[in-house]
Amino acid sequence: MIRFTNVYMTYPGGSEALKNLNLHIDSGEMIYITGRSGAGKSTLLKLIALIDRATRGQIIVNGQNLERVRHNRIPYFRRQIGFIFQDHRLLYDRTVFDNVSLPLVIAGYRHKEIRKRAQAALDKVGLLNKINNYPMALSSGEQQRVGVARAVVHRPIYLLADEPTGNLDPALSWETMKLFEQFNQVGVTVLIASHDLDMIKRMKKRIITLKKGRLLTHAGTPIKE
Amino acid sequence: MSAEKKTNNRAKKKRELKGLFNMWLLNNAQACIYSLGQYMRQPVNNLLMTAVIGISLALPASFYVLLDNVRSVSAGWDGSLQITLFLQNDISDLDALSFAKQLDADPRIESTNLINRDDALAEYRSLSGFADALDALDENPFPNVIIAHPKITDGSQPEIDLLIVDLEAMPEIDNAQYDSQWIQRLFHLLDIINRVVIILSAMLATAVLLIVGNTIRLAIHNRRSEIEISKLFGGTDAFIQRPFLYSGFWYGVFGGLIAWLLITIALQILDKPVRELANLYGSQFKLSGLGFKNSSILLLIGVFLGLGGSWVSVKRHMRAIEPL
Repeated sequence: MIRFTNVYMTYPGGSEALKNLNLHIDSGEMIYITGRSGAGKSTLLKLIALIDRATRGQIIVNGQNLERVRHNRIPYFRRQIGFIFQDHRLLYDRTVFDNVSLPLVIAGYRHKEIRKRAQAALDKVGLLNKINNYPMALSSGEQQRVGVARAVVHRPIYLLADEPTGNLDPALSWETMKLFEQFNQVGVTVLIASHDLDMIKRMKKRIITLKKGRLLTHAGTPIKE
Repeated sequence: MSAEKKTNNRAKKKRELKGLFNMWLLNNAQACIYSLGQYMRQPVNNLLMTAVIGISLALPASFYVLLDNVRSVSAGWDGSLQITLFLQNDISDLDALSFAKQLDADPRIESTNLINRDDALAEYRSLSGFADALDALDENPFPNVIIAHPKITDGSQPEIDLLIVDLEAMPEIDNAQYDSQWIQRLFHLLDIINRVVIILSAMLATAVLLIVGNTIRLAIHNRRSEIEISKLFGGTDAFIQRPFLYSGFWYGVFGGLIAWLLITIALQILDKPVRELANLYGSQFKLSGLGFKNSSILLLIGVFLGLGGSWVSVKRHMRAIEPL
């Protein structure tokens, strides 16, 4: 469960990224956040992951009031989240296996367990045969799937994706979205920021739209243009 | 029942603690080996860096070895601190002997050595080449002389000065000459050099700290994306810092080893000529190296500086990196 109550976010320098945002996301939901660039999509995700803190208002994630999460507890809080980025953000001097296993290494899993889980995650995204390659040797779509494997390998409660299909062609985008749906079906709450409206609409999930930091549509109705 | 539960709980807690400790150990071992791997990946760059650290450590360490050797040479000279006591002319040989014995009893005097006036004359006659001139004199111009070796506590000047004043006040003694002041001067000079070495060591240690700090700063900068991703996936500060701290550790270890190697090679090069020179002086003196204890200290200082430099750098620069 994620709940935003009267959340304001003003960046240093005065730009208001979010204005009086109220939002409720149920556990196990898959939700799209859309809007133009600068509308506050990324800010919304950053607040959930405690990358930034809200200037005002209350955010509750998985029963935790984020205001009360102390700085040194942030790492443990973030371990329940998986991230996916538009530009993949893989480590290019490490193999696919090393990239995918990073969240497990961080969480202190045993080597055997790490190998097992990383293989399972790569198998899930269909890249088990590339396990020892370096990311540079992979296509953009494959790199994105490595990113997805990395985001789910530690079995997070939340999956946050910031423009995950921004660099992919329509077919690959669709595949990626279907992949997210599969994770959602096993109980992961999925939040996807995207401006690919055509595809989003085909997914038939709840869509919220931000405009200049305010929420336009809410409560489960797909937006009409 | 509840007591059983309690012991169970305690055992469970103990197991958990042990598990945590094992994990901590494992994490450290991983970071240690990982950073060694990183070091080996860029052998040329890292070797250059380490050589700089090694030379910075080797300089003060070799000064220290030099000083140590000079000390070991001059330590033997403590015994040659001596006071020459010229007795009054009217004191007979027999009286001189008993006076020497009396001096021997003084707790401040280690030993005395009487040089008989006749022996002195004979020696002078044979060595100086003024035999004819001496024959022209009707009596022996030499007084009886006692060479007194003062007991050295730590070669402290005021004590010896006091002793000389006391000796000169004695009626039997005409004049007391303390002719080993140059050794005192040498000791003071060594003291100054010692301090110079300490100052130099402090400066070079600071240089090593800065060098390691800067290297780690660059490493942090180069691996910014890795740090960001690690933070994003819940890496604690300790986890993220560890590999950098261990790279500092490795710089220190290898820097220390290079310093040790440089000093050992330098001593090897100097060993033969020094021995030959010592032979000319009829001495068995041999250069002493660092030895096990000092080698360990050198290595420890290297490790300490490496870790210190990286720690400062990590504390300063890691916080600034937050995931975007």
